[in-house]
Amino acid sequence: MSQNALQIVGENKARQKRLRVLAEIGCIILFILFMLPFFIVLMNSARTNAEIINSAVGMPTDWHNFIDNVVAVWNNPTFNFLKALKDSVIITILSLAIISVCSAMAAWVLVRNKTKWSTFLFMMYVAAMVIPFQVVMFPLITWFKTLGDFLHLPLLRSHGGLIFAYLGFGESMTIFIFHGFVKNIPLEIEEAADIDGCSRAGTFFRIVFPLLQPVFVTVLVLNGLWIWNDYLLPLLLLGSNGDVRTIPLAVQGFIGSFVKQWNLIMVSTLLAMLPIIILYIFAQKYIVQGMVEGAVK
Amino acid sequence: MVKQKFFSGRRERKITEVLFLVPTVLAFIMVIVIPFIIGIYYSFTNWDGVNPPSAVVGLNNYKNIFTDPAFLHAFLVTVEFTILNVIAVNVVAFLMALLVTSQVKGRNLYRAGFFVPNLIGGIVLGSIWQFIFASILPAFGKMIGWSAISSSLITNANTVVGAMVTVNTWQYAGYIMMIYVASIQGISQQVMEAASVDGATYWVRVRKILIPLMANAFTISLFLTLTNSFKMYDVNLALTNGGPVAMFMGKPVQASELLALNIYNTAFKYSKQAEGQAKAVIFFIVLVVVSLVQVSINKSKEVEM
Repeated sequence: MSQNALQIVGENKARQKRLRVLAEIGCIILFILFMLPFFIVLMNSARTNAEIINSAVGMPTDWHNFIDNVVAVWNNPTFNFLKALKDSVIITILSLAIISVCSAMAAWVLVRNKTKWSTFLFMMYVAAMVIPFQVVMFPLITWFKTLGDFLHLPLLRSHGGLIFAYLGFGESMTIFIFHGFVKNIPLEIEEAADIDGCSRAGTFFRIVFPLLQPVFVTVLVLNGLWIWNDYLLPLLLLGSNGDVRTIPLAVQGFIGSFVKQWNLIMVSTLLAMLPIIILYIFAQKYIVQGMVEGAVK
Repeated sequence: MVKQKFFSGRRERKITEVLFLVPTVLAFIMVIVIPFIIGIYYSFTNWDGVNPPSAVVGLNNYKNIFTDPAFLHAFLVTVEFTILNVIAVNVVAFLMALLVTSQVKGRNLYRAGFFVPNLIGGIVLGSIWQFIFASILPAFGKMIGWSAISSSLITNANTVVGAMVTVNTWQYAGYIMMIYVASIQGISQQVMEAASVDGATYWVRVRKILIPLMANAFTISLFLTLTNSFKMYDVNLALTNGGPVAMFMGKPVQASELLALNIYNTAFKYSKQAEGQAKAVIFFIVLVVVSLVQVSINKSKEVEM
């Protein structure tokens, strides 16, 4: 009996070991498959166009070509990477700051002020999360043009108009996430501040805002990745050849302007990926955590 | 004196609260509410995208789009793509989650690596995969003498949807994997160990313990991939731009043109703004139905618990 039990344990051990080896092999194969496209980008960034046309599968012969290709793409006036990087950074950072602060303020008022108006407003934000971009995008352009002409404000082809639009599209989900969190902040903390003579705005910015820190990770990561990689909204509001151009617009414009020079296209995608991958190396834990929590909420 | 202080305090409170709501409410009205209402109205008019519409045409736009082979084809291809993609992404993501939560060496590196494609925008990775499908794979196929991949898979109407599913799975599976990983880590290790001691093999434990306990994560992931696949635009544009041409209802249509791309092209490529808007309204209605199903499923779960 006991020998039998031992045998089962032994069998389990052997089976476990086999499973583990299988898992190791599976992981390695999958990892190679997942990294292969990046490897292809890197290798073909260092080849000449003639080499790629001759045979698409191959290794770089001379790494000097890599530097030549990068210089060619970097100095390309159609791509204008540095300008696109600057515009993308400005638009993403300002949008994130405005969406986060304004949504936190709104969510706090909506939680602390239970009237039928605040309930109605919150329901509107929840309902708006279902609205796909496609159903508002055509009227948005004409409406922004009309409104901009009327107010003498450049809403199209400007940083400001795009950032304002990102506030509109991003706030519903952001308010929803903050709303769920603010509900769990004990009211007593705020009442204490109130009694100590703190103004209403002071209570929010000094007491509540710092407490929201854990949700900020979620909000910044979800909105940040979306805005940084977004293509359609910048295309419609900035135009494909305007003064202000984000990185996705620059990449698409660059690719469209070339008779498939794959080596240069690969360099342009490499440059476009670099900022976000560098950020990921440093903030991997927060980015993954933010994305997962955003999905689960 | 005290009373006055109290009164001004209440007024200050009210003013602050209204001011706190102003930016978001203003942006909400200007960016969502007004364009949404205008959009619904324009879908019933002869709007040309430049001037305000000159006539209300009733349901004409809707009648036109439901007899438009390009739209019906785009709808069917989107449904096909969505079904295949939801299955592919979730199966791959679940298997990867099992792998990286096992005792394999370097599991943190694997987790981080599988997630990377998710950080990169659809335009950029669509362009990379266009190169892979158009140049690398055919060259590789010729090299090893494998005829199935010797010609480009994205210029063949029969394989182009599969190619898009491959790219989207590569992009999205790492993200869904992380949701499954979080769910698996929330399950008590003791339960799994107890079952193991009782002689349950690994697959039995996965089937009888892990999968039932992960029901919530499955619902979240399924709907996330469902809406995401249905709204797919960037990768579609950068990878295939709708091509190649296929025949449908006796008319040539774009074999891989999904709904979002079809809506955009209707308005800007074929200059039928009002019809494009009507298509967008249909697109919206489908997504509302999906969300309602999701909400009702979540509700029924709450009752169970």
